Amino acid sequence: MAMPLPAMSRLAWRNLWRNYRRTVIMLLAISLGVWAMIFMTALLRGMVDDMVKQGVSALPGHVQIHAQAYRDDPSVTHSLPAPNEALMAVLDSDKVAAWSSRIKVPAMISSEYENRGVTLLGIDPQGELALGFKKDDVIEGRFLDGADDGGIVVGRKLLQRLESRLGKRVVVMSQDPDNTIADRGFRVVGVFKAELESLEESVVYAGRDVVQTMLGVGTDVSEIAILGFDYRAPEGLVSDIRTVVPGNSEVLSWLALDPYLGTMVKVMDGFVLVWMVVIFLALSFGLVNTLMMAIFERVREIGLMRALGMRPSAIVYQVLMESLFLLVLGLLLGNLLAIATIIPLKDGIDVSSVAQGMEMMGASSVLYPVLQWPDLLLANAVVIVLGIITSLLPAWRAAQYRPVEALSRT
Amino acid sequence: MSAISCKDLCKNYQQGDAVIKGLDHVSLEIDQGSFICLSGPSGSGKTTLLNAIGGLDSLDSGEISIDGARVDLLSKSELADLRLHQIGFVFQAYNLIPVLSARENVEFVMQVQGVGAAERNTRSSRILREVGLEGMEDRRPAQLSGGQQQRVAVARAIVSRPKLVLADEPTANLDSASMEKLMEHFHELNRVHKVTFLIATHDERVMRWAGRRISMEDGRVIRDELQKIH
Repeated sequence: MAMPLPAMSRLAWRNLWRNYRRTVIMLLAISLGVWAMIFMTALLRGMVDDMVKQGVSALPGHVQIHAQAYRDDPSVTHSLPAPNEALMAVLDSDKVAAWSSRIKVPAMISSEYENRGVTLLGIDPQGELALGFKKDDVIEGRFLDGADDGGIVVGRKLLQRLESRLGKRVVVMSQDPDNTIADRGFRVVGVFKAELESLEESVVYAGRDVVQTMLGVGTDVSEIAILGFDYRAPEGLVSDIRTVVPGNSEVLSWLALDPYLGTMVKVMDGFVLVWMVVIFLALSFGLVNTLMMAIFERVREIGLMRALGMRPSAIVYQVLMESLFLLVLGLLLGNLLAIATIIPLKDGIDVSSVAQGMEMMGASSVLYPVLQWPDLLLANAVVIVLGIITSLLPAWRAAQYRPVEALSRT
Repeated sequence: MSAISCKDLCKNYQQGDAVIKGLDHVSLEIDQGSFICLSGPSGSGKTTLLNAIGGLDSLDSGEISIDGARVDLLSKSELADLRLHQIGFVFQAYNLIPVLSARENVEFVMQVQGVGAAERNTRSSRILREVGLEGMEDRRPAQLSGGQQQRVAVARAIVSRPKLVLADEPTANLDSASMEKLMEHFHELNRVHKVTFLIATHDERVMRWAGRRISMEDGRVIRDELQKIH
């Protein structure tokens, strides 16, 4: 027969504070461990979110539509017609946050001194702004006014490479659908900066209508970029769009468009769990030691309880209850500590001293910790579940004492 | 049928190369409602016999039955249930739970039995008053004297009215007046509720209260006699 829960809880709680110092030390260890789990996970999440945002803004969008062969040969010959009525209905639905169609072709940009291979983006500036291009990123001059703007916006780094400057003319060359050279002179009307230097060097923006005219493709576009509301679940949007696009179109989510980034997100999810378990394993030694010590100090009492009629299983519950109190208190403190340290850092942690390394990983030099409730729950679940499992050994040991031997201990 | 039946109990302890005989072919029949004293020098086997009957210690051989149930064949959980519902223990050392108050220690067995709070409170208040600990209910063991702790241990053993009380030196640390009062209480339980008492003691004053006296030496019963209660 087991003791009623309130009586067992009272006994466990009092036993917990018999060795005040040991309990406080263990509580501190659990709290710090839980804090480390949650805080580091928030940093990792922030880094991954940033990587995805950077990646999605470079793509851009959560979903893209291309002609079937475009990804193998991103030339103007593999274009899409402008969105039809059925596609427009999906694009204007409440599942879509923003969208834009664009021409995207490889091109050569030349100044009077230098030339560089770039990706020429013929865009509708309003659509790009909605997709995530920030006007503030244009650090000199202006962004394009409309799809028929005759100017060009280039990256800060590229302008340095071209040894050119704002207001100067550059020539952009590409191929039209007949594989003949199509070129046009543009005046540099704006210079943009990007978190990733590689973007500044490799992408130029011109008006979509102007580029379509230059390449002679009518209203055809290279891709339609669509932004949903949750980057982690783009599949619904993909399947909705697939039902309305022409058969020769390819509809892919960012996870497929940038498999490295997609895999990274999955790896990070796994890493978070491994990280939590590793921290817990370090903690578990302390937990087992604390419980073992607590039991060795009370062998006589355990023998007494057994002699008075407590079943071995009730002794197990008693020890587990003590462990549960210790874990719950540690979790409470750890969670509060984590939340208290993450909230003040919501404006970001400047890691510009390692900015190059961060950039190589596709993340920016400011880390924004992201506290997600599922991560918080996972950390708590890991500590409670593994904590109880770990406590089974000392609890089982306690239940194995023979009453007469335990009672004779001094 | 006897309440307790012990047949040919043997229990040896290894101490270095020497074998100590804890129980040496002990056989006893104890009727329900008996009041028995176990006497004998230290190491004679009194505590070993009490522990064996209470299922606290295993035997090398022999059979123990309580109300026809073979104690030596019960599982750990069945033994726990037997002790919980049928046996009250008073140990040589008081063996109280230090984090519980006097009242909580007394109520411990009733809590495990699942007795309701009101009933527990009534019974523990009454028994603590009877053993002279009124006003000390909320004190922890460390705040009580040796004699007071012993009285708490006795109260805990009898508060749930077990069929059998196994008491090992229950009057150690008690002054004469307390001892007399305690023995009167034991006797009343024995007379009114037919609780069987098996008391191991060195105290001649306690032995006078017993209707049967069993003397032990070197693990053997050397004398088993009925006697006139004082």
